[in-house]
Amino acid sequence: MDSIFGVTYNGGVIIAADQTNARSILIYQNNLDKISELSSHSMMGCAGPNADFVNFTQYIQKSLQLYEFSNDGLKLSTKAQANFCRGELAKALRKGPYQVNVLLGGYDAKKDGEVGDGSLYLMDYLGSMQKVNFGVQGYASNFCLSIFDREWKEGLNEAQALEIVDHCIGELAKRFLIAQPNFLIKVVDKDGVRVHKFGSDPEDN
Amino acid sequence: MARRYDSSTTTFSPEGRLHQVEYAIEAINNAGTCVGILAKDGIVLASERQLTSGLLAPAKTSEKTYKLSQHSTCCVAGLTADANILIDQARLRAGRYEYQYQEPIPMEQLVEHVCNYKQAYTQYGGLRPFGVSFLFAGYDQHYGFQLYQTDPSGNYSGWKATVIGSNNQAGKSLLKTEYDPESTGELPSVEVALRLAVKVLNKTMDGTAASSEKMELFVMSREDTEEKLCVHRILTNDEAQKVIDEVEAEGAGAGDS
Repeated sequence: MDSIFGVTYNGGVIIAADQTNARSILIYQNNLDKISELSSHSMMGCAGPNADFVNFTQYIQKSLQLYEFSNDGLKLSTKAQANFCRGELAKALRKGPYQVNVLLGGYDAKKDGEVGDGSLYLMDYLGSMQKVNFGVQGYASNFCLSIFDREWKEGLNEAQALEIVDHCIGELAKRFLIAQPNFLIKVVDKDGVRVHKFGSDPEDN
Repeated sequence: MARRYDSSTTTFSPEGRLHQVEYAIEAINNAGTCVGILAKDGIVLASERQLTSGLLAPAKTSEKTYKLSQHSTCCVAGLTADANILIDQARLRAGRYEYQYQEPIPMEQLVEHVCNYKQAYTQYGGLRPFGVSFLFAGYDQHYGFQLYQTDPSGNYSGWKATVIGSNNQAGKSLLKTEYDPESTGELPSVEVALRLAVKVLNKTMDGTAASSEKMELFVMSREDTEEKLCVHRILTNDEAQKVIDEVEAEGAGAGDS
């Protein structure tokens, strides 16, 4: 029932996810953070059972951190991180699959101080992956993909991209049967990953 | 006497030395010389071809220079049979990394992997070390063109220019005087580096007349297309002879003044 969507713009990526943690008819929690920060300039939103999402996310996160420790601070590009992530999903598929559908977004700096590129990768639990300009995981795709199709274009800035994200959240609120009152929006750009807005503070215990 | 601690690789001598490892390093001083020079637009690896017999069939492949991946190559000084094992390891590692990350392996990681493999044979198993030193040349997006030297102990270091194999001390001392990027403020071009490499080989092979059959000249550079793939090129006999002749002409000219 998770709604995760992501969109690239000129100089970064935005990922938004609902914050509901529920099973069957019970809501366990409504301030869950489903977008984990993998490295200084990348993040991954996951849809799926909480156990798999936590397990997979932490595994990828720690593996990427270990890479940086082992290699004197060398950073993996977003493409490399995404391919690593996809490879792990594919490896686990015929053993003990992770039931997570992933949206991985990151920012890669350019050498000459030019504005770098944001990139977004859509992956399903079977390990198929595609680099996309925008993507949606979950039932939300039925509602949001058409909005993105109509409104996304090359060269958006952050404000414009956020506006599209807001349209999507609005559409879900209006037309999606499952009420998802809280959304958490994260942005990654040259300054790293930051929380743009949350419906309910994930740190509030 | 060191004798009692000589035979086992995994035993320190009382002076704190691993004699087997040191002997392995010595073995390489009998092998054909390899010179590596970092240029601003590429890397030059020049190797001495030691022709042991006129009866040998003409080589179809090099016995000194080996391509490891799209963006890396190495040259070998030491036991060729040992080198083959390590080259397989390096190729596997580079390939697996690229499969996992869809990106070429950063040079230092490749070198470190081979070196860790070598090191294991100085610490476990009671097996002798690999009698091979390498010069690894490669390109990655993080640090550009890089040159690394490895030895049987599993140690490695990055160089701007270096020599391994027979007479490497003479070669290195020549490089110290002649390879001087600080004075010009930038690294030499590939053409200059090639001539310097031939000069160094002339010195280390001293006595033997320089010829294109005896010297293998290899250049790694990058294409000027959008993909910017690495180009690995062993110079043909004619191209190599041209460089050798240029160096001879330079030397003759300098001798007169």
